[in-house]
Amino acid sequence: MRRVLAAPAVVVLGLVASAAASANPQPWQLNMTPGASQTSREVYDIHMLVLWICVAIGVAVFGVMFVAMFRFRKSKGAVPATWSHSTKLEAIWTIIPVLILIACAWPATNLLIRMADTSASEMTIKITGYQWKWRYEYVDYFGKQPGINFVSSLESQANRTRQLGSGMDPRDIKVGDQATYLLDVDKPLVLPVGVKVRFIITADDVIHSWWVPSLGWKQDAIPGIINSAWTRIDEPGIYRGQCAELCGRDHGFMPIVIKALPKAEFEQWMTTQAPAPAAVATATPLAPTTAPQG
Amino acid sequence: MAHAAVHDTHDTHDHKPQGFLHRWLFTTNHKDIGTLYLVFALVMFFTGGSMAMIIRAELFEPGMQLVQPEFFNQMTTIHALIMIFGAVMPAFVGLGNWMIPMQIGAPDMALPRMNNWSFWILPFAFLLLLSTLFMPGAGPQGGWTLYPPLSLQGGNSIAFVILAIHMMGISSIMGAINIIATILNMRAPGMDLLKMPIFSWSWLITAFLLIAVMPVLAGAVTMLLTDKYFGTSFFNAAGGGDPVMFQHIFWFFGHPEVYIMILPAFGIVSEIIPTFSRKPLFGYQAMVYALASIAFLSFIVWAHHMFTVGMPLGGEIYFMYATMLIAIPTGVKVFNWVTTMWEGSLTFETPMLFAIAFVILFTIGGFSGLMLAIVPADFQYQDTYFVVAHFHYVLVTGAIFAIMAAAYYWLPKWSGNMYSERWGKIHFWMSVISVNVLFFPQHFLGLAGMPRRIPDYNIAFADFNMISSIGGFWFGASQLLFVGVIVHAVFFSKNRATMQVWEGARGLEWTVPSPAPYHTFSVPPVIDDSMLAHGDVTH
Repeated sequence: MRRVLAAPAVVVLGLVASAAASANPQPWQLNMTPGASQTSREVYDIHMLVLWICVAIGVAVFGVMFVAMFRFRKSKGAVPATWSHSTKLEAIWTIIPVLILIACAWPATNLLIRMADTSASEMTIKITGYQWKWRYEYVDYFGKQPGINFVSSLESQANRTRQLGSGMDPRDIKVGDQATYLLDVDKPLVLPVGVKVRFIITADDVIHSWWVPSLGWKQDAIPGIINSAWTRIDEPGIYRGQCAELCGRDHGFMPIVIKALPKAEFEQWMTTQAPAPAAVATATPLAPTTAPQG
Repeated sequence: MAHAAVHDTHDTHDHKPQGFLHRWLFTTNHKDIGTLYLVFALVMFFTGGSMAMIIRAELFEPGMQLVQPEFFNQMTTIHALIMIFGAVMPAFVGLGNWMIPMQIGAPDMALPRMNNWSFWILPFAFLLLLSTLFMPGAGPQGGWTLYPPLSLQGGNSIAFVILAIHMMGISSIMGAINIIATILNMRAPGMDLLKMPIFSWSWLITAFLLIAVMPVLAGAVTMLLTDKYFGTSFFNAAGGGDPVMFQHIFWFFGHPEVYIMILPAFGIVSEIIPTFSRKPLFGYQAMVYALASIAFLSFIVWAHHMFTVGMPLGGEIYFMYATMLIAIPTGVKVFNWVTTMWEGSLTFETPMLFAIAFVILFTIGGFSGLMLAIVPADFQYQDTYFVVAHFHYVLVTGAIFAIMAAAYYWLPKWSGNMYSERWGKIHFWMSVISVNVLFFPQHFLGLAGMPRRIPDYNIAFADFNMISSIGGFWFGASQLLFVGVIVHAVFFSKNRATMQVWEGARGLEWTVPSPAPYHTFSVPPVIDDSMLAHGDVTH
């Protein structure tokens, strides 16, 4: 109860905290975060641009409406006018929105083109969605085939806690001081910082969607179709996400975790992973057939 | 006008069928069928609403407390199907049935027996849909959009769902044919198309949308059926099919469907705001053209529901631009409503309150719609609670608020009694506050990263989910007041409505007595241009 009463203060704090760009969801978070890459910052910027345009239009339109509601009350003796048409006014409020829309569409188009360009990537990860886990295959790293291949699924304590009537408290699940209930996995996707990573994304049973908000996009994983997307993470850190397309019973229970390491540490990590030859064989032929997507 | 009114009073010794069953089961009267549709929609509103209560109860706190994820998924799926096909659409058809003949001076719908049939299919369709909840293997769990392969994974309930959808589609198509035939053939002499009340206009356009897209939905679900039972591979990648093709076909239906659920609402609000502003509708012709433009654009924007499926870059850019264009005619409508109020003489009876709330809250839903059109940003918003907030703003505070506004506006004409203005206003304020407590925080949840259609969530999402759930229970409970006000007005109110009902009301429906006699306009009325809903036939 106290938590609810303290809401307004926390909302203000949440606004400040979200501006400070924590990579993972925070209590009382009100807005998207700028994320962990150049792309995600640009996505955030265009989101804020359109949001403020909408706020400005809303203030203007609702402002006029409220003035009308207070000035033109019958109870204040308002006498209705009889006019019902103005070509000039109607032309104005058709043309101005067109200009506003162009102002939104221009940066959006530029950003979209950049986001679709998966060329010149230095690393390729193949992601396969399954009910209800993700497989990650390290297909290519600067022309080498690391042959790393593993499945990542919800970590076991959360999996026990989330059972109906488990009697366990989701708030007990923490990594450090961060509550990670349903946002932590047994084995994270480890990626290097500062490297352009191309993801090729598909699924093996039903449609899933691979989404880490800090990267600035999500991409559907569809059986029989190979989609692609890319990122270049700026800062080392842990970035959490979830499946975003309804995929059956445990759709809410297939999180995604990226552990971004400095390049040297990442290469160190790679050497500790035993290659799985079978995975190399299945993964390699897929790479050349991938078409960039938008 | 006086002539018509006198004639209609004379008509009140009507030929109503005797006996409850005989009257309601066999009726071909547009008013009776309108009432049936409206009562059915209300029952479905509470059925779908109780499912929403289960959803919000499970989401009240992190952790699974009440239901299994399978059941949760059935609730989200059937909640949507019932609210869309069982509540919003039948409510609009009911309003159309009641009001279109009375607005255009026709004695009844053009095809009264088909009218009866198109209603009586619906209860069976929804019984079939609801029965899947009790079947072995449970009901549909793949979301109302029925995306394969997921929708084909469950048991045989999908076959029943598909048959139910076919029945709803047949009902909608027949209803739409009836409305087009009525409006094009049965207008009273002098009721030119561009003199017609805007609500009738909105339904004429909606009816064309329905005829165009319901068969597309029927095709899509039939392909699902043959994929599951007859070995075809339309959507099965392993057999050479394409799961994304289903989404293209579905949303070619789905986007016009969205406007099927909002255009009649535009019509209603365009009737109510001039009435309580005591001033003609601003830019009547622009309003008609805006309706038509929105309807046209609805056919060429479908893939904005699927920006993350991996379309080619050119496709994404095209669908972004086309979607953004919708903001223009929609903006014209909002600006015209606001300008209609300017220099009016405003009073704030319950219908007007709902109409004003509609304009503000629907516009907020429109703003989030514009944000969703921006593809790079949509990559973040898609399939999150931001989308849930968006479409509930346009459908609950949009479509459903307009339906409630219409119910309060025309109830005195239907029942002959005034509702309790005091309780109507209490219902309004309870609804408008609670609905924002319910849906506004969902924007924050989506932006913070909460996907839609999940039964459980991280602690970070707990606070706003609890607030949203409290708003949900409050909104749900408030709707019991709506039923109370209606029951009181129809059966117990002693406050008789006048023929005109509202001081500023214009249009033929206000020239017949309250309650409207069983048969109206058996003889076509004489149209007096100054009595038309918008009052100015030149613009």
